[in-house]
Amino acid sequence: MTTSTQQHEAIEWDYSPAPDNTKVIISPKNKLFIGGKFVAPKSRSWFATTNPATEEKLADVACAGRADVDSAVRAAKTALPKWVKLSGTERAKYLYRIARRIQERAREFAILETMDGGKPIKESRDIDIPLVAQHFFYYAGWADKLAYAFPGSTPTPVGVCAQIIPWNFPLLMAAWKLAPALACGNTSVLKPAETTSLTALRLAEVFQEVGLPDGVVNIVTGEGNTGKLLAKHKLVNKVAFTGSTEVGKLLMRETAGTGKKLTLELGGKSANIIFADAAIDQATEGIVSGIYFNQGHVCCAGSRLFVEEPILEEVVHKLTQRLSSLRVGDPLDKNTDLGAINSKEQLNTVERYIRCGVDEGAELHQTRSGDLPSKGYWCNPCFFTDVQPSHTIAREEIFGPVLSVMTFRTPEEAISRANNSPYGLAAGVWTDKGAKIFEIAKKLDAGIVWCNTYNKFDAASPFGGFKESGFGREGGMQGLRPYVRLGGV
Amino acid sequence: MARLTVAKTYKLYIGGKFARTESGRSIAIENSKGEIAAHICHASRKDFRSAVECATNAFSSWSNITGYLRGQILYRMAEMLEGRREEFASAIQTTQNMTATQAKKEVDASVDCLVRFAGWTDKYQQILGCSNPVAGAYYNFTVPQPQGVVAVIAPQAPSLLGLVSMVGAPLCAGNTIVAIGSDTNPIPTAILGEVCQTSDIPAGVLNLLTGSQAELFEHLASHRQVAGIYATFLKKKDRIVLEKGSADSMKRIRFCETEGEGWLDGNTTASPWNIEPFVEMKTIWHPSAC
Repeated sequence: MTTSTQQHEAIEWDYSPAPDNTKVIISPKNKLFIGGKFVAPKSRSWFATTNPATEEKLADVACAGRADVDSAVRAAKTALPKWVKLSGTERAKYLYRIARRIQERAREFAILETMDGGKPIKESRDIDIPLVAQHFFYYAGWADKLAYAFPGSTPTPVGVCAQIIPWNFPLLMAAWKLAPALACGNTSVLKPAETTSLTALRLAEVFQEVGLPDGVVNIVTGEGNTGKLLAKHKLVNKVAFTGSTEVGKLLMRETAGTGKKLTLELGGKSANIIFADAAIDQATEGIVSGIYFNQGHVCCAGSRLFVEEPILEEVVHKLTQRLSSLRVGDPLDKNTDLGAINSKEQLNTVERYIRCGVDEGAELHQTRSGDLPSKGYWCNPCFFTDVQPSHTIAREEIFGPVLSVMTFRTPEEAISRANNSPYGLAAGVWTDKGAKIFEIAKKLDAGIVWCNTYNKFDAASPFGGFKESGFGREGGMQGLRPYVRLGGV
Repeated sequence: MARLTVAKTYKLYIGGKFARTESGRSIAIENSKGEIAAHICHASRKDFRSAVECATNAFSSWSNITGYLRGQILYRMAEMLEGRREEFASAIQTTQNMTATQAKKEVDASVDCLVRFAGWTDKYQQILGCSNPVAGAYYNFTVPQPQGVVAVIAPQAPSLLGLVSMVGAPLCAGNTIVAIGSDTNPIPTAILGEVCQTSDIPAGVLNLLTGSQAELFEHLASHRQVAGIYATFLKKKDRIVLEKGSADSMKRIRFCETEGEGWLDGNTTASPWNIEPFVEMKTIWHPSAC
């Protein structure tokens, strides 16, 4: 034993740095994309976008004001009649071309996404960008098959869509919004999140490359107010929003009585339930990817873990071990597991929740001991035990790498505790018993139930929540529904 | 001297029981000649709350029984309605200026609409749901599930057919219902409770209120136990009240745009796309491996 310990200490186990050194050119001034052209903002207002891993400014981005939003919406309105008239197959071919160009420029997109948003390169490279391409490819094929998706009815486009997206999966959310909208014959004005505008603007370059007709997609960057101006614009027929439940409710009030169609993909406090008969090693991996994927900046993050009582000690032990081996740091390093927190503001929020968890009496486990970079916004992944259902950290969406661990004794208790939340986005169930898994999956109030897996995404798979996690689905055949009006109903 | 008729006072139908409004209020309904034809209950907020409570309690069992059984129950309701064609036709005619033939046509269409929805109970899942060919070793499928309690605001006319069509869609999917019938001709709403009572609809699954719809809008929109609202195409100011009030509890709202002769088209009224707004799509993933 002594010898092996000595050997262990003698060997340097750390990974060597493996940064992706591909250079991506970023324009110092990033203009708005309106009517097929990059135009300077009439507002004459700009804001800086920074790399959250270094706090260095990457570029200036235009802040669209009222006149800019108006131009963008009018460009979308002008482009609408021709786009609607185009045959489905022709629309499809544009979308296929977009998918192809994204695949070809995938590396550039992945690096830019990581620099602007802070997520690990292995995630942007292997998950975000491939899914973006898949989304355009998948919905391309629907463009000339819509009648088959809505039997007994005549689907027609909704019109001009205002699509407002968040900062956690910047380009992927743009794809989730744009691909089905365009496939169904709508035109769009997309509003990226303030901190992550760069990849959406680069997507606009792809639209130019493939010759997408001017005005079919317009991109207005800016702050929250830009989004509000867009959603309220009179010529907008449809508002699609991904973000916080608070803003989702605001949009419901703003659009009341206007006849605008609305879809909302909002927050969550998703439950991951692990039974004693589960494959515990696999489940532990699932728990880790469920909550620490993308630094926990995931609306469907499995942030509440319910462990069947007899295996609590074992699960906590395995979690502790696994957490201590997670690598936090340079997001451009191919070995990094957790990158930077997206912004200073979000880091403050996460840290406030961690303090709150401690103050309310839960026990904090922050087992990783490695150094964090001196610059940038960082948070070590952690979990809490001794969590009561009434604790703030067990109820509110944290949007960070913070997990609440709780226990249950019977399947009924697991279901009722999992469902005891105003949210209903996702859930996970881990057990080796087939009949049990289907019964639990059926009874959980969640739009996505991952059984013996977690945080899996696919263009063919609908995503969206129950209750206050919003309404409407993105992905799959059901993801077409928000972008059509159904005649004959 | 002519025999004095026994005029009926119609009650609310809440939790499988005929109840007077707790408020003690009633409304006199005049026939087309201006004579008092009947008195009906003027439901209050508290009646609405009681109805929602009953509907909430009934949800678990109604949503969990098989589609086959739910279909038989709705079909039984159609049978009972068919058996009371004359009574419903004359109830429809009470306040509405229409011929006996027109009134019978409405009743027949209502029966047929129920039959159509009875058939949807074990089929809508196959139309609205699907299995998803994801790019990986997973079995992935999307299934629709009912939302919970749905509040129905029926059109003023057709008083029976509008109500039955709008109740049928969320009901067949396994939701439980609190419906507020036509203000101007509430009698068909009131006697539809008698049809429920004599068919096998479990208590609380379908609750029927009469009185003043608009009086309940604000309360209905903010009630946290109500998951969805299916309303006739109301005036803009009423739509605003419902949509704004629903924001906090994030209700699913659908305004029914059917009007006029459209109500007689069963392909439209019993379309699965009228069921779809009142189901939630659940997508289930499982790895596929040996």
